[in-house]
Amino acid sequence: MHELAITEGIIEAAVPEAERHGAKKILEIRLKIGELSGVLPECIQEYFNIASRGTIAEGARLSVEKIPITIRCNACGYDGEIPKRKIHCPVCDSAEIKLLSGREYYVDSLEVE
Amino acid sequence: MEIKIVKQILEWNEDVSDAVKATLSEKKVCLVNVMGSPGAGKTSLITDIINRLRDTLRIGVIEGDIAGAIDADKIDKMGIPVVQLQTDGACHIEAMSIQHMLSFFDLENIDVLFVENIGNLVCPAEFNIGEDFRVAILSVPEGDDKVEKYPLMFATTDALVMNKYDMLPYFEFDDKRVEQNVLDLNGKAKVFRVSTKTGEGAAEFASWLSERIAVKIKS
Repeated sequence: MHELAITEGIIEAAVPEAERHGAKKILEIRLKIGELSGVLPECIQEYFNIASRGTIAEGARLSVEKIPITIRCNACGYDGEIPKRKIHCPVCDSAEIKLLSGREYYVDSLEVE
Repeated sequence: MEIKIVKQILEWNEDVSDAVKATLSEKKVCLVNVMGSPGAGKTSLITDIINRLRDTLRIGVIEGDIAGAIDADKIDKMGIPVVQLQTDGACHIEAMSIQHMLSFFDLENIDVLFVENIGNLVCPAEFNIGEDFRVAILSVPEGDDKVEKYPLMFATTDALVMNKYDMLPYFEFDDKRVEQNVLDLNGKAKVFRVSTKTGEGAAEFASWLSERIAVKIKS
């Protein structure tokens, strides 16, 4: 349900930036979404089609690049990717870790004309 | 033409969350975000905690619901300052709503504000609301697979309360599996086994809670 809030966020992030660059129309909005975020790109596109009506983003395609979960382990120094199920160090099993990526939710770039 | 922008989609929520945090830090008020499914026992846990801690702490409550004021009425009858936040259909509370609600409280005379989030294991976990820490509730009848199914909620919580623990003999619920799942996602989470009906485990949870609150309000 909170896809609507997110969709509005996407439009607020994209439209002013495109207008600042003198764009007449946004063709594509490229999102980067961390594996730990629980949002369905398909739902966002549907909401987006409605929420963007009458703006220069109307008709734009949303594309999503997933970002894997990566950590740095404070115990053994491991630095790298981990699976979604177990947020621990895969080498020494420590829970003393710093999440480096995986919770992102941002507009990376726009294709405009 | 390509335009590189790199802008957080929920940036405004994070900004407001930081602002709420700053206001509450200045007033030395601790904000606790209480989350869980409908019927898990969020209101029962909050009322239980109020009874246990009201002699030592000045408590306020923000009750989040999609509609109605049933829970807020219960808290109000206990003589505790409470504000009902109706999200009018929305599945979660955003930091902006909490910021508006703060003006309804006399923050000089509050030590801890509990926010009862919308009953939902998915969306509330995505939105910081300026909280100092999070408490997730999972009740025995909901099933022992919920941590695996809804990881973000449990990966971001500071404590898990397994509520309705007195019901354990009647359900296929492996509490050790739940505990292990939570610790796998989140090695720092504290796990409590509680029945708000019989009072089992509630004192232990209350004592952890008051220690955490004390850290904030004495800082």
